[in-house]
Amino acid sequence: MRHIISILLENESGALSRVAGLFSARGYNIESLTVAPTEDPSLSRMTIVTTGSDDVIEQITKQLNKLIDVVKVVDLSESAHIERELMLIKVRAIGKDRDEMKRMTDIFRGRILDVTEHTYTIELTGTGSKLDAFIQAIDRSAILETVRTGASGISRGERVLRA
Amino acid sequence: MELTGAEILIRCLQEEGVDCVFGYPGGAVLFIYDALFKQDKVKHVLVRHEQGAAHAADGYSRASNKTGVCLVTSGPGVTNAVTGIATAYMDSIPMVIISGQVPTHAIGQDAFQEVDAVGITRPCVKHNILVKDVRDLALAMKKAFHIARSGRPGPVLVDVPKDVTAASCKFEYPDSISMRSYNPVLKGHPGQIKKAAQLLLDAKRPMIYTGGGVILSDAAAELAGLVKVLGFPCTSTLMGLGGFPGTDAHFLGMLGMHGTFEANMAMQHCDVLLAVGARFDDRVIGNPRHFGEVQRKIVHIDIDPSSISKRVKVDVPIVGNVREVIDDLVKLLQASREKPDAKALKAWWAQIELWKGKDCLRYDRASKIIKPQFVVEKLYEVTKGDAIVTSDVGQHQMWVAQFYKFDKPRRWINSGGLGTMGFGLPAAMGAQFANPKASVTCVTGEASFQMCLQELSTCKQYRLPIKIVCLNNRYMGMVRQWQQFFHGNRYSESYMDALPDFSKLVDSYGHVGMRIENPADVEPALKEAFKRRDELVFLDFITDQSENVFPMVPGGKGISEMILAEEL
Ligand SMILES: Cc1ncc(C[n+]2csc(CCOP(=O)(O)OP(=O)(O)O)c2C)c(N)n1
Repeated sequence: MRHIISILLENESGALSRVAGLFSARGYNIESLTVAPTEDPSLSRMTIVTTGSDDVIEQITKQLNKLIDVVKVVDLSESAHIERELMLIKVRAIGKDRDEMKRMTDIFRGRILDVTEHTYTIELTGTGSKLDAFIQAIDRSAILETVRTGASGISRGERVLRA
Repeated sequence: MELTGAEILIRCLQEEGVDCVFGYPGGAVLFIYDALFKQDKVKHVLVRHEQGAAHAADGYSRASNKTGVCLVTSGPGVTNAVTGIATAYMDSIPMVIISGQVPTHAIGQDAFQEVDAVGITRPCVKHNILVKDVRDLALAMKKAFHIARSGRPGPVLVDVPKDVTAASCKFEYPDSISMRSYNPVLKGHPGQIKKAAQLLLDAKRPMIYTGGGVILSDAAAELAGLVKVLGFPCTSTLMGLGGFPGTDAHFLGMLGMHGTFEANMAMQHCDVLLAVGARFDDRVIGNPRHFGEVQRKIVHIDIDPSSISKRVKVDVPIVGNVREVIDDLVKLLQASREKPDAKALKAWWAQIELWKGKDCLRYDRASKIIKPQFVVEKLYEVTKGDAIVTSDVGQHQMWVAQFYKFDKPRRWINSGGLGTMGFGLPAAMGAQFANPKASVTCVTGEASFQMCLQELSTCKQYRLPIKIVCLNNRYMGMVRQWQQFFHGNRYSESYMDALPDFSKLVDSYGHVGMRIENPADVEPALKEAFKRRDELVFLDFITDQSENVFPMVPGGKGISEMILAEEL
């Protein structure tokens, strides 16, 4: 099962490698990992997308909590949450494909950020599966480059994760 | 008044009540050694290899329940210490390692004797800290000691660049520390403890399974109280030996890969299991699926939530300090009007007596060649069961665990988690420094001993009267045993050729060496050795080459699927 794990951790050098090292040392999967400081510059917020059985996910959260730099851990997938990922994708856009590409971008509520005679650079946000769907929907051979941030997540409603 | 970083380090050690540091100097720590030279509160013990420093600090901690401290230089100093750090990590030993580092401006330049100490040790420490500013040093040390000792203990490394030890600032040592990201739970949840008590009272075939957590939390008295109220059988892991008296009638001996028949059978067939500060590791439960084939309820007390339901699913988890939780549990049981089911318990004990009848540790006592088990039994008698015994890793380690009945905690010191050959002698040094008057014995094998024998020199320098009992079978015995059982008797590279004459070897260090080849000489030799109160004596017992450790649960097998001596 896919899980989105949110981690609040001390914004200290080495904290990221402790988390990454934990995942590799114990053989846990990382589908994506994002991290950046929060409104409190002493804290970073990390989102990890991982897969595993319930037992594995339980171990992952326990092991993360054990890291001295980790302040809080929640498995967002346990309750209602919002997941967003940003993708920048550069595609070939010539001839009649140019219109088609614009149409697809509109359908997926993307934006064209940069235009050349032969290319579009498109910005798209959404869940990981929406971004996957866009890639599926367009002509694969038109894709020149993709950059994805990996998912960030937050709980719905009034639930908050803070120190 | 301002102090240099080096002076601050020493002051921090004094504030923490550290009386003894094990270390080895080098370029990056010269300022620290200079500061050590100028004071006399913290004693420095000069080892002969940094692995020895880490093991000695570890042994010191295990024997005393204080935090062990070791000091090593950058680069090879800290890489040499890594085996010792990992050893302490696997057994949750509180330790602070101070490593020198190249100056901050040289970090990342591939400077002379530069290694990424924080990176190399990250997977085998509880935490580590690179101190880049002298003003952060005191707080880093405070944190290091706090983290090493509290919660589930473990080693913490503080990496200190040379320029930080030379720079100065005002010294202030915080009295206490609070960290928003680190607050171990000590008190067990009352509701869970209540559930546990009820399960125990309802049990028909109960079993108590204890581990190193009992030793680490100093819970021996509380555990004895619990067994007294309940009257349940009790077993222990290799790490927990001494946490409950080995001579008590409720004790079934060690369990696991080389556990007794009765302990392993009772573990498999119990209906309620109370696990206390133990972690169901693969040397105890080699096959969780096989273990799960018998229905039972499990209560698990541990300070580390990640140890609970990791390999074996648990019904009543209780996170907390083992001593505090047992104390609460005993109070609850004493106050309860219910008593354990005496009739069921009687039948269960009768079953256990039948299992005991196997006499699974039996060996040939009439042998003309010295049997290693016989040496350990005699050692037990001669030391009246009251020595601090360290060991290396292999068959000899298991025979001590089986035949030396530890009645008190912190008397049995061995590398259980990492299984580090070479641990025994330096750990014995640490134990001796922690208990200068105690009788300290290192039981070793001729292979293990050669991994850290340079420390014989340290023993001479500090006049450590350790008794070294070498069970010399001319083989890496445990490797040979596996090769015999599982690899068609092909003894690939496990024969110890070209052995030194150990008595001459120790003699050249200024110690006493003895070689014993006859069973009749075993006891007199041991007596003679222990009479030499002020000398290190090495007893080279030439033992039966073909002896194996029984019972044995082959790797991956169920705990009741033991190979017994008669089956071969
Ligand atoms: C540093 C290290 N290297 C290798 C091993 C693997 N190993 C486990 S037991 C053993 C043999 C130990 O032989 P010895 O010290 O003579 O003890 P014996 O088993 O004969 O009692 C070996 C090589 C280990 N545990 N530690």
